Amino acid sequence: MTTREKRHLRNGLLFCAPWFIGLGLFTAYPVVASLFYSFCDYSVLQSPVWSGTENYRRMAGDTLFWLSLKNTIIYALLSLPAGMIVALSLALLLNTEVRGMPVFRTIFYLPSIVPMVASAMLWLWIFNGQFGLLNWALLPILDLFGLKPPGWLGDPTWAKPALALMSLWGVGNSMVIHLAGLQNVPKELYEAAEIDGAGTWRRFWHVTLPMISPVLYFNLIMGIIGSLQVFATVFVMTGGADGAPARSTLFYALYLFSVSFYDLRMGYGCAMAWVLFILIVALTVVATKLTEKRVHYAT
Amino acid sequence: MIRRCLLLVLLLAGCRPPSDGRVHITYWEKWTGAEGAAMQEVVDQFNRSQDRIVVEYLATSAVDRKTLVATAGGDPPDVAGLWAVNVYSFADRQALTPLDDFIRAEGDTPEQWLGRYYPVFADMCHHRGTVWALPSTPATTALHWNKRLFREAGLDPDRPPRTLAELDEFAEKLTKRDPQTGQIVQLGFLPQEPGWWSWAFPAWFGGRYWDGTNITAATEPANLAAYQWVERYTRRFGLEPIRTFTSGFGNFASARNPFMSGKIAMVLQGVWMDNFINQFQPGLEYGVAPWPQILPDQANFTVADCDLLAIPRGAKHPQEAWAFIKFVSSINPHAQREEELLGMELLCYRQKKISPLRQWSPFFEQHHPHRHIALFRQLAESPHAIHIPKIGIWLEYRRELDSVFENARLMLKPNDDALAFCQRRITESWQWHQRSLERRAP
Repeated sequence: MTTREKRHLRNGLLFCAPWFIGLGLFTAYPVVASLFYSFCDYSVLQSPVWSGTENYRRMAGDTLFWLSLKNTIIYALLSLPAGMIVALSLALLLNTEVRGMPVFRTIFYLPSIVPMVASAMLWLWIFNGQFGLLNWALLPILDLFGLKPPGWLGDPTWAKPALALMSLWGVGNSMVIHLAGLQNVPKELYEAAEIDGAGTWRRFWHVTLPMISPVLYFNLIMGIIGSLQVFATVFVMTGGADGAPARSTLFYALYLFSVSFYDLRMGYGCAMAWVLFILIVALTVVATKLTEKRVHYAT
Repeated sequence: MIRRCLLLVLLLAGCRPPSDGRVHITYWEKWTGAEGAAMQEVVDQFNRSQDRIVVEYLATSAVDRKTLVATAGGDPPDVAGLWAVNVYSFADRQALTPLDDFIRAEGDTPEQWLGRYYPVFADMCHHRGTVWALPSTPATTALHWNKRLFREAGLDPDRPPRTLAELDEFAEKLTKRDPQTGQIVQLGFLPQEPGWWSWAFPAWFGGRYWDGTNITAATEPANLAAYQWVERYTRRFGLEPIRTFTSGFGNFASARNPFMSGKIAMVLQGVWMDNFINQFQPGLEYGVAPWPQILPDQANFTVADCDLLAIPRGAKHPQEAWAFIKFVSSINPHAQREEELLGMELLCYRQKKISPLRQWSPFFEQHHPHRHIALFRQLAESPHAIHIPKIGIWLEYRRELDSVFENARLMLKPNDDALAFCQRRITESWQWHQRSLERRAP
């Protein structure tokens, strides 16, 4: 290495140093420390005391840990497919050639930039059992069949579907990514398919889907991560970390927060965080394996 | 260049502590608005009263969690305004400075010092044989009833229910349904409104949460009776009708509060309720009474609570912090005019609450702005005033009891099963907590 190259290397490292230090100090160190704390009796207020696998053993027999995991998986199973379908459908609609399209795109993206707490308050009113917009719309329809609309967030059976429904409000980001993917599909492939006699559905199935499969895969992985970590909206809409009503919305991140910051069992919280991390990695690997043959990258 | 250097020097000068020769201490407190202004007045009074210490008041949201993190980080405030529940869990983890030595330095024993407060509030200040905090403002709770709704229902507006049976009977009479739709338009009483004392229902029924050693959630028959009573309300008025009716309730601090808007005729509320009524529904005609009696020897039952001032471990100026806490607990026993009120009485007068101190000055007693203060004082003196159990895992225990309450009002599973679950879970948690304390025992 010449002196000049060495100088360049030194300068380069110096310029990168703030980020390396930041990443090391504020991300890497806490991550490694949390792994250590997960094997400790640690309340934050006192020094950690090594307790071996006690936290993990307790987790295995903790009914609320399993309940929070079950609630989270049910929520993910409801919100993830619904979110993917709605985001893709909107992207397909917004990819058509209609006058004033930029305005439509902006309108559909707008909810994603509404602050989370503001939209949570808005949805609290939409889901209101007595005066809510949703039940106002549903009542005349359900009335025909002699049914009554549910109490949504006040009803343990309907609280999770209600939150999954609300999560669709924030599909704007994945919609934009889908849209970008759709716009990258070469026109000539559609023309060739059309010449071969493919109709709208076949063009979608055999051209669009394979061509945007990397985007779908990306959104799927981000969706899995996002839905398993759901916290803030539920915290605001159900009034705390209790998972009201009747623990039907006690999601994993809420329970983790509650044991760490209310019960001062930070060691247990760290252990829960690591289990969630392993779960997300496992699901990502499974999703990758399952979609391996269906995701096509342009070469 | 010179200008830049000057700017830097000025900036650095701004970062240095004030050089007025006085010790500046920080005080984190949860209050904002009128309650915060009341405490600021006491802080100003303290700062004027001597020339050695300056207290800097900082209104802090989520003061418990912020104090926790700041204490863990070794840079806590000198004084923290905590909720009682935090004091026991922080004390168990040695995150607070014991106050016993400060008290002894004043020439009192801790018992003598605490003897100046009503017993229920004095008892909240010590835990495991050590004094960890002293009161700022206290509260007792009472049954509030809407006199107009009583009159409309043909009840005597000056005669509140005195027993549980009467409460249930009045609740029935005060409930109205829409003749067309059958929907509830007014309820006499509902155990979950506002739901803040649901943890106290077992004690109201004569039950206990622990016997000093073991958790007794499921082993005390009175605890079960309390939740059976909660369930009976849902059975009587219907799960769906109640759900629809309550979903139209507004926030507590608004004119759409169900009690203030006349949707519910009777609620269990604290001494602060009068402030909110004056603000949102000034003309509301209401009365206050002790919690309806359930047991024969249980007159003047109330749930008491108290905000507490503590010195977090690692505070830089504990002596000065103690001087301020001591000032807050002081009064001018001869005050005849508003401007003569001092310390605790100024604070409680401005916040329209009772004073936790047994001795009240003539002005505070005779010119208190709360129209029903005498009853709240009587409740503070009551031997049947209860407070949260002093156990380090109470937040978790209360969450489980809330869950048993939710279960009862939603009629999800038998109440004894729900209590048995609570018993198992909290017993395990209690053992875990004990193990943790033993690990760190000196």
